[in-house]
Order: sequence, then structure tokens, then C-alpha cells
Amino acid sequence: MPKIKWTRWSLLFVVTIVLVSLSGCASTNIQSWLSPSGIIAKKQLSLLTYTSWLGSFVLAAVIIAILTAVFISFKKNSDELPVQSHGNVAVELGLIVASIALVTAVAIPTIRAINDLRIDRVPVEDALIINITGYQWWWQFEYPDSGILTANEIHIPRGKNVIFNLDSADVLHSFWVPKLAGKKDLIPNQRNQLWFATDENTPLGIYYGQCAELCLGAHAYMKTRVIVDSPEDYQKWVDSFTTKYSFASNPEVAKGKQLFTQKGCAACHAIKGFSSGSPDKPNLTNFGLRNTVGAGLVASSKDNVAAWIANPQAMKPGNYMPTLWQEDDPNRDEETQAIAAFLLSLGKEGETQASMGGSNGN
Amino acid sequence: MSLTSHGYRSSNMKDPKLMMWIFLASDCMFFGSLIGTYLVYRGRSLMGPYPQDVFNIPLTTISTFVLLMSSFLMVMALYYLRTNKIQSFRLATFGVIAFGSIFLGFQVFEFSHFAEQGLTLQRNLFGSTFYVLTGTHGIHVAIGVLWLVSLLIASYIRPMTSKDEVYLDVAALYWHFVDIVWIVIFTVVYLIEFI
Amino acid sequence: MAISSQTARNLGNKVLIRPNSQTKGIVSWLTTVDHKRLGIMYLVASFLFLFTATIESALIRTQLIRPDNNFLNPEVFNQMFTLHGVTMVFLAIMPMGTGFANFLVPLMIGARDLAFPRLNAFGFWIYIAGATLFYSSIFLGGAPNAGWFAYAPLTSLSANPGNGIDFYMIGLFLAGIGTLSTAMNIIVTIISMRAPGMTLWRMPMFIWMVLITMFLILFAFPPFTIALVQVIMDRTFGSLFYVPEQGGMPILWQHLFWIFGHPEVYIIILPAFGAISEVIPTFSRKPLSGYPIMVFSGMTIGFMGFAVWAHHMFTTGLGPYGEMAFAVTSFVIGVPTGAKIFNWVMTMWGGKIRLTTSMLFAIGFLVTFVMGGITGIMVAISPLDAQINSSYFLVAHFHYAMGGGALLGFMAGFYYWFPKFTGKMLSEKVGRFVFAFIAIGFHTVFFPQHFLGFLGMPRRIQTYADGYGFNTLNFISTMGSYIALTGALLLAYDIIKTMRSTDRKAPNDPWDARSLEWSIPSPPPVHDFDTTPVVTGQDTFWLEKYPQFKNISNKEEAEITKLSKESDKHGIHMPGASWWPLIAAVALFFGGYAVIYDNILLGLIMFGLLLFSVYAWAFEGVGGYYVKLDSDGGKQ
Repeated sequence: MPKIKWTRWSLLFVVTIVLVSLSGCASTNIQSWLSPSGIIAKKQLSLLTYTSWLGSFVLAAVIIAILTAVFISFKKNSDELPVQSHGNVAVELGLIVASIALVTAVAIPTIRAINDLRIDRVPVEDALIINITGYQWWWQFEYPDSGILTANEIHIPRGKNVIFNLDSADVLHSFWVPKLAGKKDLIPNQRNQLWFATDENTPLGIYYGQCAELCLGAHAYMKTRVIVDSPEDYQKWVDSFTTKYSFASNPEVAKGKQLFTQKGCAACHAIKGFSSGSPDKPNLTNFGLRNTVGAGLVASSKDNVAAWIANPQAMKPGNYMPTLWQEDDPNRDEETQAIAAFLLSLGKEGETQASMGGSNGN
Repeated sequence: MSLTSHGYRSSNMKDPKLMMWIFLASDCMFFGSLIGTYLVYRGRSLMGPYPQDVFNIPLTTISTFVLLMSSFLMVMALYYLRTNKIQSFRLATFGVIAFGSIFLGFQVFEFSHFAEQGLTLQRNLFGSTFYVLTGTHGIHVAIGVLWLVSLLIASYIRPMTSKDEVYLDVAALYWHFVDIVWIVIFTVVYLIEFI
Repeated sequence: MAISSQTARNLGNKVLIRPNSQTKGIVSWLTTVDHKRLGIMYLVASFLFLFTATIESALIRTQLIRPDNNFLNPEVFNQMFTLHGVTMVFLAIMPMGTGFANFLVPLMIGARDLAFPRLNAFGFWIYIAGATLFYSSIFLGGAPNAGWFAYAPLTSLSANPGNGIDFYMIGLFLAGIGTLSTAMNIIVTIISMRAPGMTLWRMPMFIWMVLITMFLILFAFPPFTIALVQVIMDRTFGSLFYVPEQGGMPILWQHLFWIFGHPEVYIIILPAFGAISEVIPTFSRKPLSGYPIMVFSGMTIGFMGFAVWAHHMFTTGLGPYGEMAFAVTSFVIGVPTGAKIFNWVMTMWGGKIRLTTSMLFAIGFLVTFVMGGITGIMVAISPLDAQINSSYFLVAHFHYAMGGGALLGFMAGFYYWFPKFTGKMLSEKVGRFVFAFIAIGFHTVFFPQHFLGFLGMPRRIQTYADGYGFNTLNFISTMGSYIALTGALLLAYDIIKTMRSTDRKAPNDPWDARSLEWSIPSPPPVHDFDTTPVVTGQDTFWLEKYPQFKNISNKEEAEITKLSKESDKHGIHMPGASWWPLIAAVALFFGGYAVIYDNILLGLIMFGLLLFSVYAWAFEGVGGYYVKLDSDGGKQ
């Protein structure tokens, strides 16, 4: 019978889809919280695992019941009307009691977890405070205790609680670094808080995140990096913002420095000790220490940075950075490479960054 | 007005009346949301004028009383229609219209006075929430007045008797609802500032 | 004080000739007040929008088929998922439920139309008006782009200066008027117009679910309407409701929206639950298990639906006590929902099951909806939701609940009641393929999306980069959408073929079913019932066919029969058709444009037209005519 063959193929197809999907479970992918690194993300995963098992059990029970009912019915040969039962109160009540029990079995760990993850009980005195302001389509980070103002990437010391104060300058955003913790929304005119907690089991290194609340336009391109450092490396990073450097004597860097002001970049982008910029545009202090350009978009190689400067719209359609070179401008490649070299020199020891005394732009 | 109005009905209440009750249940949620918004934004205006600067409680008390009296007249109108005292019914209905219009007059006067003092829709949160809430209520009153005027005129074209009482009944229900909403607004928006 | 019909006719003829039972052609459709015709119009419109939204989803999935794709640029992509969401929720699935309700409620309770037939027509035309205005945005500067729940301040003039958002606000405002008026109409109908003997406890489960749904609409739509008005005021008149710089709080929009939005998903699903509660007993040849629990669980779900809304806002900083409260209420709502699943399975248990296409969809519904319910419990865990919210896991969850739940449920109802609506039988053979393609396609689209959520893929992103591990699962998901689209096309093909065929006539009762709509011809005559039905118990039609299951005293049955005869004593009166519902809707339609384009003159004219049509409507009266039956019961 042709029908049976269709059923078999359909079943095979469905099983394939399920298996391929389940392969995602083994994921260590860069933004996957199935392999969490932070304490909070681990707690959240345990809730997922627990309820997935419970849920699978319920689903299996329902599917088996349906298949059994169909199977029993097909076994019946007679065309008589089946018993016109209106239900079985005992079974019904039993199942309702069972579902109340199941729901309670989920509710109790939930309430425990909510209590464990309450931000208002995290000791603020020992925590690192970072203020995040969301902009379309980048992140501004401020470290009020250290006086650091930076954009798109942050460093945090492992083992210390980090409390973020979240605000938005324009529309809704949401800060999400899955491997470390769940997300929190950035809402204009409302202060929200987010908590990251790490310990010795959290690998050092770069963690990926991106905006998780529609902010129109280049929402898909608003990403972030959180670098978990050892306390020593973290201190080094903090110190780099107050060290007085001088600029590299490299001619390309010098040219880039000049163009940075000439082309108007300095009017928007603040660099501590160099340009005051505008407070609502990304701060480029110590840009050379960053891993990415364009709000976590691509790695900050010289070519990428140059390409970004040359044509930001190509990499992040709709963003607010102007395009300052025509496509056919013969100087474009040279100039953007120079500015890239300048930016990449900022904050690097031995390379350098000038301080003209006083805090410009921060 | 409905289909099997001569036939069997599974409810004792006439269709238009049941409809009006159901509509009013929904309208409660409308005003509830508007009042809720007002309360959420209370005290959050970044600049004046503030409620205490513009509210004139004695004046608003008078207009509230006028509206309450109109509800009383509405009860009388319905009573007269049910007992077939048609002239009295018409007079009482006219009274409701008059009192409702006086209330609206007070509202217009009040709003223009506030606007002169600088309170506009665009000025602050108080302006936005106040005008939309009381404006919506005012529109409800105006619709009620228009409805009663139409009913009154229609009662001359084709004389109304106690048989038609359900049509006045629904207008009365609507009118009482609008009155009760005003009492809530008066308390929660005006009086609350002076407790 | 209805003016006598003669006076009305004279007045009406002076203004506009009132259509009557002899009117044919397009005028008869534009002016109809017949619940069956309106029901069909709702279904046709909703299926057209369902198809449109499916195309939109296929376009979305095509953009996401591979990383760094630019098939749809970010702005078009944002518009596309906004269109998809709004169309599915407001223009396809909800009106589908309304269409079923419109056709079936009077038939199932033994009435001949709704309580207010012209208001019913108005509800339909204002839905079309709102939908048309909404879609016209595509040609008038671009569709809205802020998602189907349009969070402030994305909808502010500063963030969204074009007209797109205005079309969202006003289009849905108009459609909402119709939804509310139809809900009130149906409530009055169910309360007041049940046939003799049809106590509340003898009503079909579909009627119960529709009744609860209509009450939900009554209480849920006003907050949304107010929120829409607030944004319209902000954008048109400069008020400050959602202007953060002046103290406005965007979170207020979220609260108002979700106080509506969560009951909205129950408004969507409860009629589908009702349909399933009719389909499964018929194709198991047994009554619905646990009727009282089904009623109470429906009421509980409806009531609790208003107590869970902030679970959509777990990432907005509700605070621990807010999170606990809404997590717990969301868990609690799982219990009555589970009770319904148990009863449907228990109905099947011990039954004689016929796997018609309708029943296949019903079984597909059971499995898919349970999966959606389970992931729903998971997202209700607020700390877990911090990871899940706004990711593809959430997209998977709500599509399983709404797509698997409402869509498959309505498909089961569609295949079940199609013969009654049209008088023709859809092809069971093609139907199996439709089911397979839709069900398999659906799961292929959405099952992998759970895992995309785990991998950290947020929702509403126009594209994703290579190297995140998103590629394969997105590809599979996109393939699924083409499979589902094929199923949709097959369905369209079968509907068209069936309607044009002459050899697939449907009898009164093709399924040996249980409720009153099957006791009359397919399709029913314009007056529905020749005589007012006599209701003797639950599944009253089944009791007529199989009197051995009757459980009523002769005395009671005699009394009910007497009431039924008396009810028909005055004859069968059909309500008159009318232009005014359509004209009122047209006035509001153009009035909407007047608000969007700040055209005061047009606004005033349309307001005047609206006022005029309301008065004309009032003075026209019910009108109508009496149906005379032949001696053999047919209409003359």
C-alpha cells in the first residue's frame, strides 16, 4: 500500500530533523549557553536540563497514550458504538493532582533560583560596577570607580561580582552574553541591573554577546565582547587608561593621527588626551587593545578597521557613522589604512598614546 | 430589535439591555487603563503646571453635582416612561440633556482656563494624561447628550410609550455609567491632590 | 421605538434603496447580514491573510537561509516580520476563529442568526477596513517595522518618523472596534438565543470556548486600544505618554500591551480548543470526556490569562517578587491546560477512531500543542527566561503553541466543517498530503529553532555571522518553510478544485456527528432551521439519532417541545440586509487616513458620514422578511 511507504519516509525525515537538532546539544559554540562559563549561566542551564527531562517525560507519556488509543481502536473490529463514557472522575482527578505535583516540582526550584540570583542581595561594596548605556547600535561602558569610558568591549576580573547599571539613550536594547548570564533590557528613563559572577572554573578569555531586543536598523550588528581577565591582567587593562604614553614615531601612525582630526573623526570620537569628541558617540581610547571593530562586528585587524572606516554602511547598514570617502577616491585606501594604524596603536605599550594633561573626552 | 424577539428567549433580559451591560463592562476597562496611566504618571511631570496649581475644587464640585443631578433626572425620566407619563418623561429627558450640557460647558471652561495657565497636552505628563482621560470622559458625555437629543426628537416623530422603555433603559444605563466614571475621576484625579 | 417597517422603507428608499431577499450579486454580499455568509467571508479573508503571512514567513526564512545574507535588507526585514506577526495574529488566526464562530454559534445553539445582524456585518467590514489600511502602508511609504508588539519608544516620532507606525496604530484600532463589537454580539446571542432545552450545561464545548473567548476580548482589547490611542496622540498631537525625555516610561506600553497580549493568545487558542473538542468526540464516536472539567478549565484559563502578563517582561527588571508572582501564576495556568489535554486523550481512549484528515490534524494539534505548553512552562521559569527570552527558543515556543495549537486546531475544524459551510467534501486523499506537508513542514521549521536559541541566536535579527554554529539549523528551518508552503498550496488547490466540482456533494451529516449544525442540510438554507430545535441533552443531535442514550423525562421533553412550537408560532423572520454597516466602516476607513495625513477636512467629512450612517442604521430598523416553508419543509 503506497500509504505505508509515505508514512515510513515521513517518519524517517522527522527523526532526522530531530537528531540533527539535538546535535546542537553538544554545542560548545561561541555564543552557546549549553556550555556555560559563568556561575549564573550554569545555574540557568541546570534549570533547563531539569525541566527538559520532566517535559520530555510528559511529552512521551502523551504521545504513547495517543498511539495506544489509536492502536486499541484499530484492533477493535466491530462497528458497534463504543461505550459512551463521559469520562472517569478518578483518572481525571489523579491526572490533575499529578500535574499540580509536576508544576510544584518546577515552581520550587524556580523560586529558589530567583532568590539565589537576586541582584539586590549581591554585596555592592565588593562588586565591580559598570554603567552601560545603549545606543543605536553600540554600547557605551563606564567604570565609575576607575573613571574609564569605553565602547563595545569590556574587561572584567575573574572571581569578582560585576553589577551592571543599564540605561538607554534612545530605544530599547538588551545586553546578552549567554555564556556568562542571561540578558537584561536597557530601557530609556529606567535603571535596570544585571549581575555577572565568575569563579576559578570560568575560563579566561573572550565572551561573545549581542543585543537581544529589536532596536531597528542595524540591530543584528550590535554585538559586544566581554573579556574575563585574571585580576592582574584586569589591573593592567585598567591602568592602561591612566598611563601617560606618547605617540608612536611611525610615519603611518603620524599620518593617521593627522587625518583623524582633519577628516572630522575627532569631532565625534573622544580619545583620552587627544580629542574630546562627543559624549554620545563611541569612545576610542585605547582602541588598540580591542579585539573587534564596529561593535563586536569583526576582528580589529588593520584591513578590517580600514574597511570599516572607508565604508561603514557596507558592514553595518543603516548605522550612524558617515561615509567620508567616495568610492573612487584614489586616496581612500592609503588614508583609511593610516587612520587604522593610528587607532590600532592606541594603548599599546611601546606604541603609545599621548596625554596632554587633563581628561579630555572622559 | 433582534431576530426572534417574538420567539423564545433563553434570558429574561432584553437583548439591547444585555448588550449595554456588556458594553459597559468593556468600557470599564477603557477607563481603567486611562486612570491607571494617570496614576502611574502622577508626580512624574518634569515641569509645571502641576495639579495643585490649576485645580479649582469648588468649581469642579459644582459640575460634579450637576452631573449627579442629571443622573437623578435620568432615573425620573425612565420612571415616567414606564408609567406612561409621557410629558413628564420628555421634560425629565430634556433636563438630563440640559444638565449634561451644563457639565460639558464647565469642562470646556475648565480646560481653556488650564490652557491659559500653560497646561497643554504637550506640556508635561500631567497635561497628557489629564486631558486624554477627562477628554475621553467628556466625549462619552457628549455622545450621551447627542443620543438623548435624538431620542427626544424621535419620541415626537413616532410617539414613545412604555412598550419602548428598553430604548430609554439602555440610554439611562449608559448615562449612569458615565456619571459613576466621573465620580471615580473626580476622586482619583482631583480630590486626591488635596488629601 | 423602532419606526414601523413601512415608514422605514419609505425613509430608506428616499436615501438608499434597501436590499432585500431578492437582491443578488455583489450587492447582496456587500449588504448581507446573514451569519453564514459573513462567516464564509471571514474565513475567506482570514485564509487569504494566512496565505499572505505564510509567504512573508517564507521570505523571512529565505533571508536567514545562510549567514551574511542580504536578500532582504535590515529595514525590509524588520517590516517583513512585523507584517508577518500582525497578519498572523490580528488578520488571519483571530478572524478565522470569528469566522467559525459566526457560522456555527447560531447553528449549534439552535438560533437563526446573531442577536444584532447588522452589527455583525459592521464587525466584518471594519476588520477589512483596518486590514486594508494596514496593508496599504506598503505602498504609502513602507510598512510598520517595530514588530507585532511595537514596543515604545521604537514607535516614537523620533525613532520612527515615517508613517508606517501610524498605519499599525490606526489599522489595529479600527480592526479592534470590530473585534469588540462582534464579541459583544456573540455574548448576547449565546446568553439569550439558545433554543428551548439548551441549558448552559447542554451547550457544545465549542460554544463554551467561544463564550469565554468573547469575554476575554471584552476585557483585553480596551487596554490595547488605549495604548494605541496614546501612541497616536504622541505621534499626531505631541503628547508625552512615551517620550522618555519628558518622563514618559516605555515600560507602560509593555504593561498595557501584554495585559492585552496574553489574553490575546488565549483568545486565539480557545476557539481552536473548542473545535478540537468537537472533532475528537465525533471521530472517536464517544462523547467528550470530562465535560464539567473542560468548562471549568476553560474558565480558569480565561481568568488566569489576565494574571500572567508580565511573564513577557521578565527581562525588563520586574524585581524578584514580581518575577516570583508571575512565574507562579504562569505555572498554575499549565494545570487547567493539562486537564484539557488529558480529557482529549481520554476521549480517544476506548473510542472507535476514524483517521480522517480532520482527526489527523487534531492528533497533530495534541502533540504539537503539548510541546508548546512544555516549553511554555520552561520560559515561565524567570531565571531561565533570562537566557531564553528574545532568542529563537522563544520563537519556537510561541510558534508551537500558536501555530501548532491554533493553526492545526483550526485546520482540524476546517476539514470537519467544510462540508457544512459549502455543501462539498474536500478530498481525503489530498488532505492526507496537506496534513503531512503542513505538519512535517511546521516541525522542520520550528524544532531546530529551540536549539538555535541555545546557541545564542537572538530573534528579529536580519542576519547572522558565520562561525556561530547557526548555519545548519537555519538552513534546515528554511527548508521546512518551503515544505509547509507546499502544504498550503496543496490546500488552496484542493479548496479550489472542490468548489468547482459537481460530484462531491456533502450530505447533512457526513461524519455521524453530535451537534445541531449537522441536523440541517449542507450548506444550510438561509433560515437555518425549519423549526426551532428541541434540545434534550448534551450532544442533542446524537441523542436524536441514538435515542437509547437519552436521559430526559418525557414531561420535560414535552415542555421543551411546546416552547419550541410557540417560538415558531409567529413564523420565521429573517433580518433585513443593509448598506449602513458597510458605509459606516468606509467612513472610519477614510477617517483613519485623515488622522494619518493630518487632513482635518477629510476627517470632518468622514465623521459626518459616520454620524449619518449611524442614524440611518438606527432609523432603518431591523426590517427583513418572513420565510414561508413549503409543505415538505423547503423554503419557497
